[in-house]
Amino acid sequence: MEKKFKPNIVGFLCNWCSYAGADLAGSSKTQVDPSLSVIRVMCSSRVNSNLILSSLLWGADGVLVAGCHPGDCHYEQGNYYARRRFALLKKITKILNLEPDRIQLSWISASEGKRYAEIVNQFARDITKKGPNPLTRNSQT
Amino acid sequence: MAKAVKIKKKTEEGLHDFLKSLLDKEIIKGVFILKKMDKTGAVSYSLITDPEEFKKAVPLYPYMPVNAGKALANFTLLGKAEQPIAAILRPCEIRAFVELVKRTQGDFENFLIISLTCGGVLTLKTISEPDQDKLISQYWESVKKAEVFEHTREACQFCEHFLPLNADITVAAVGKKDLDEECLLFLNTPKGEKFAQEASGSSVSEEIETEKVQQLKKKREELKEKYVQQTETGETGMKSLVNVFAPCLGCHGCSHVCPICYCTLCEFDSKTLQYNADGLSSDLKRKGGLKVPSGNLLFHLGRMTHMAVSCISCGMCSDVCPVNIPVATVFSKAGKSLQKVFDYFPGKDAEEPVPGGTYKEEEFAEIGEQ
Ligand code: SF4
Ligand code: SF4
Ligand code: FES
Repeated sequence: MEKKFKPNIVGFLCNWCSYAGADLAGSSKTQVDPSLSVIRVMCSSRVNSNLILSSLLWGADGVLVAGCHPGDCHYEQGNYYARRRFALLKKITKILNLEPDRIQLSWISASEGKRYAEIVNQFARDITKKGPNPLTRNSQT
Repeated sequence: MAKAVKIKKKTEEGLHDFLKSLLDKEIIKGVFILKKMDKTGAVSYSLITDPEEFKKAVPLYPYMPVNAGKALANFTLLGKAEQPIAAILRPCEIRAFVELVKRTQGDFENFLIISLTCGGVLTLKTISEPDQDKLISQYWESVKKAEVFEHTREACQFCEHFLPLNADITVAAVGKKDLDEECLLFLNTPKGEKFAQEASGSSVSEEIETEKVQQLKKKREELKEKYVQQTETGETGMKSLVNVFAPCLGCHGCSHVCPICYCTLCEFDSKTLQYNADGLSSDLKRKGGLKVPSGNLLFHLGRMTHMAVSCISCGMCSDVCPVNIPVATVFSKAGKSLQKVFDYFPGKDAEEPVPGGTYKEEEFAEIGEQ
């Protein structure tokens, strides 16, 4: 029988909200899918498109970016810019038919440990269903 | 109907004489224009101040050796032009200049911008054609008839924005049957009107968007469908994308000639995206083989996220690609879709911010909520 597919998911979490949310999920012992590898960034706006694209090309089956809710960014406007940039990248993956569902942006506050767990678990389920990312396995890229 | 001046001379000659008189009388101090080099066929943008040197200028020569928007930005990166200069640019070159000015890479001040209703430019390869003169006269015949000339760039063949924006003066070319008998200059701005007083012609009132112009627009829109379909990424997007860029040498020529790619050190030319030993072995474990030089797709996709929203579809990239990848068609297509998302038309207005440099508090509500 074939080995069950376990995805590699990269999570870029902003330090002030989503990372703290992840912490809360951990300290309140909520079950979180272990396929997410967390990278802490200072703000969701730190995540430029190359970080997401290189993740997708170099081994990730999915990429989750998470930051403070709009209006709550520690740097005031960071997540507004992040949202625009994400909309742009998402559109590119759509036009080129590059499985846009493999990338996701979510707002998760420091008090939303439960939401954090739900989002990660759902995303992990979705990506598992999609299977391995063809981009990371192509030897001609 | 628009204000214009009619000069009873061959179009290119009329324009040449007009510019020369501005230069002679020192109303302008320089002209930024295409000039023939001594070697046959070779042509280059030049900034000319000497009326004698100006004789070699060929204002409407149908080549784009560099996107002139990029070249003008080079001149004005560190400060505006101190003296009035006339610049002859194609519509997409003006738009490129506007995009660069917006990014504080150039300065619009003191330029008299002259453009034309544009029939496109010939591909750079044709410069070495032995029968180049014949090709050029065939080109002008097709411009007169408002046709799409087969040796022009693919990007020109599907360009529907060939009426210039932000030009002070527009030279009528497309669909103008009597191109060889008269030179018609549309005066779009008070500045254009002021300078045109020096032109030895008569004031008239004419239509700029003639039936012929509309015809060409339509033809080009149809061609766009066709070309874009040829690069369609279809259901298996990744596979066809890999195929489109399979011959890519990784020379980055496309980005080096791109007017929007102005970065002094391009992220993709830097070493930041190079493999370290760990990355290399983990990639090999997954792929079983590695294309060298690697990072082709990352380069093209990454570059697309940087510049496509401002892509003015000049076609420089495809024209310099040594392996004939339809870079411009792919990027222009992506650009158009992105521009729609942000309701943005690149090169329209130097005051309008770049989409990535601004935001609205209420927008893209669907993003982030899941
Ligand atoms: S010019 Fe052509 S070969 Fe060179 S990097 Fe661009 S697409 Fe690749
Ligand atoms: S690809 Fe990006 S980093 Fe490179 S020159 Fe273009 S805009 Fe700059
Ligand atoms: S600090 Fe959290 S999104 Fe900017």
